[in-house]
Amino acid sequence: MTDQTHGTSTGARDKEYWSANLRLIYWSLAIWALSSFGFGILLRPLVSGIQFGGTDLGFWFAQQGSILVFLVLIFNYAWQMNRLDRKFGVEE
Amino acid sequence: MDQTVLNIIVVGLSFALYFAIAIWARAGSTSEFYAAGRGVNPVVNGMATAADWMSAASFISMAGLIAFVGYNNSSFLMGWTGGYVLMAMLLAPYLRKFGKFTVPEFIGDRFYSTKARVVGVICLIVISVTYVIGQMTGAGVAFSRFLELDQFWGLIIASAVVFVYAVLGGMKGITYTQVAQYVVLIIAYTIPAVFISLQLTGNAIPSLGLFSTMAEGTGGQGDYLLVTLDQLLVDLGFSAYTTGSTPWLMALFTLSLMIGTAGLPHVIIRFFTVPKVADARWSAGWALVFIALLYVTAPAVGAMARLNITEQFWPNGTDGAAVSVETIETDPDYNWMLTWQATGLLGWEDKNGDGLIQYYNDANPDMAAVAAENGWEGNELTNFNRDILVLANPEIANLPGWVIALIAAGGIAAALSTAAGLLLAISSAISHDLIKSVINPAISEKSELLAARISMAGAIVLATYLGLNPPGFAAQVVALAFGLAAATLFPALMMGIFSKRINAAGATWGMMAGLLVTCGYLFAYLGVFFIPGTAFLTADQYLFGIPPTHFGPIGALVNFAVAYAVSMATEEPPQEIKDLVESVRVPRGAGAAQAGH
Repeated sequence: MTDQTHGTSTGARDKEYWSANLRLIYWSLAIWALSSFGFGILLRPLVSGIQFGGTDLGFWFAQQGSILVFLVLIFNYAWQMNRLDRKFGVEE
Repeated sequence: MDQTVLNIIVVGLSFALYFAIAIWARAGSTSEFYAAGRGVNPVVNGMATAADWMSAASFISMAGLIAFVGYNNSSFLMGWTGGYVLMAMLLAPYLRKFGKFTVPEFIGDRFYSTKARVVGVICLIVISVTYVIGQMTGAGVAFSRFLELDQFWGLIIASAVVFVYAVLGGMKGITYTQVAQYVVLIIAYTIPAVFISLQLTGNAIPSLGLFSTMAEGTGGQGDYLLVTLDQLLVDLGFSAYTTGSTPWLMALFTLSLMIGTAGLPHVIIRFFTVPKVADARWSAGWALVFIALLYVTAPAVGAMARLNITEQFWPNGTDGAAVSVETIETDPDYNWMLTWQATGLLGWEDKNGDGLIQYYNDANPDMAAVAAENGWEGNELTNFNRDILVLANPEIANLPGWVIALIAAGGIAAALSTAAGLLLAISSAISHDLIKSVINPAISEKSELLAARISMAGAIVLATYLGLNPPGFAAQVVALAFGLAAATLFPALMMGIFSKRINAAGATWGMMAGLLVTCGYLFAYLGVFFIPGTAFLTADQYLFGIPPTHFGPIGALVNFAVAYAVSMATEEPPQEIKDLVESVRVPRGAGAAQAGH
C-alpha cells in the first residue's frame, strides 16, 4: 500500500487524473441531460417528426430510450475510469 | 385450489427462503453488520441495490401512476433511474474510497464537525423514517388483500420476518435476502406483463409490445397499440395518452426525483459493501440493469392495463352501450371488480339509472354535449385507486391463479426489501454516528454490535407502529423524503468531494438552509407538519408556479449557494482536510483505509 506523502510528481499526476475524470463526467452528464430533459421533454417538438411505434421519438426517449442511454453512460464511465486508474497507476 | 390457500403457499415459500438465508448469513462483526464485510460481488450488490431501491412505490404504484396520466408521468421513469448516473459519477466511488460505514460519518469527517454530523443524522432519520412508513403500509395492504388476514396481523408477520434477518444478519443478511427478493419481485412483475402483451400485441416482450401493432382479434388490429389507446381516451374526453403539458414543470419534477434518488442514504450505503472502488463503479451499472428490467416493463404494464380496463367498460366500443351493472355482477370476467370493491379501493354508481356504467371524463367541457345527447349524468366509475392497477392486473387479464399468488409474493418482497435497507440506514446512524461517535466513543466492538442490533429492533418496532397508525399525511411525506434528500444530503456529499474550499460552517449552514427552505415550502402549501387546515398558502400562490413536490432542485440550489457564501466568508479548511479530499478522489490505498477499522 502506498503511504508516501504526496510528492510533487504524484500530486501533479493526481491532478491530471482528476481533471480527466471531470472531463469524462462533463461529457457524460451532457448526454444524460440531452436524452432525458432534452429529447424526452423540452426538445420533444424537435424530434416529434420522427415516427416511432405509433407515437414519436420523444415519447420513446421519455419512457424507454433515456433509461437505455443511462445504462450505456454508467458502464462507459466505469470502463473508462478503470482504464484511467491503470494509466495513472492509481488503481488498488 | 382456493386462491387464498395458493397465495399463502407461495408467500410462505418465499418467507422460508428468506429465513434460510438469514441463518446462513449471520453477522459476526460490526464490519459485517454495517457493510457485509465489504466482500459483496459487484453484480450481486447491483441486484441487492435494485431490490433495496425498488419499493412498494415502484412495484405497486408506478404503473398505475403512468396508466392514468400517460406521457407526463414519464418523470417517474426517468427520475428514478437517472439518479443512478449522478450516484455512479458524483458519489459512489469516492464514498467507497473513504471507506467508512455511514453517510453522516463522511459528512462529519470531511467537514470536521460533530454539528455537521448530527445535522446529517437528523436528515437521514427524517428521510428514512418517512420512507419506511410507506413500505410497512404497502406490505399490510398486500397481506390483507391476498392472505385475507387482518391488516394488524399482516403487519406483525411482515415485521417479524424483517426482524429475523435484519437483526441477525445486519447488512450481510439483508444483502443476500434482497438478492432473493429481487428474483421474486422481477418474476412476479414480468410474467403477467408477458401474458398481457401476448394477448394484446402478440409480442412476448412487453417493452416492445408497447410500440407494436394490435394483435388480430383484439378489435383494433393493424393499428398501433398507442394509437388505439390515444383514440379511445380522446373519444371519452380524456387527454391523449402520448401528449403532455407544461414541459418545464415535467423537467423540474424529473430533476427533483433524480437528485433525490442520488441523495438517499439507504441506497448510498449499499456501495460500501463492495471490495474495491472499481467495483463500486461497475456495481452502479449492474444496479441500473436490474432496475431497468422492471422500469422498461412498467410503462407497458400501465398502457396495456389502461387499454384493458377502458375496453372492459366499453365492450361494444365507445359508440355502443357501456357495460351493464348486471354484467359486472354476474360475468366472471368482471369478478375482479367485485373483489376490489370489497376493499373500498374501487367503486361505481349508476347515476342516471340506465343500468349501465359509463366511464368518461365529465370534467371535460367538450363532453357535456355528448353526455346530454346520451343521457349521461356524470362519470359513473366513481373510485379507482391507482395502486390496485398492478395488483389487479392478472385478474383483469384473466390469468391463472398462480400468477396472482406470485404478484402477492412480489409486492411483499418489494416492500420488505426496501424496509430492511431503510431500517439498516436508521440503525447504523444511531449506533455508529450517535452512540459510537458522539455519546460513548470508548465503546467496544462487541458492545457496538449489540447497540446496532438493539437500534435495529427499536427501528422495526417504530416502523411497525407507524405502519399500523399511518399519519394521515403518508402520501405527502414521500415528497418530503425526496425533497430533503435532494436539498440536504446530496449537495453536502457532492461539495465534500468536488470542493476543497467548503468548510464546516459552510456545510452546516448549507444543509440547515436546504432543510428549512424545503420544509417551509412544503408546510406552507401542505400544512405545518402536514396537519390538515394549517396550510397558509394555496396552489394559485405557488412561487413561479412550482408545486411543493417539484421543490427539491430549488432546495439543493439554496444549499449550494449558502454553503459557498458562508465558506468564502470564513476560514479555509485545514490542510489535513484538503489531503482527505485529495485521497478520496483517487482509488489508490482504499485497502489501507479499510484496515484502519
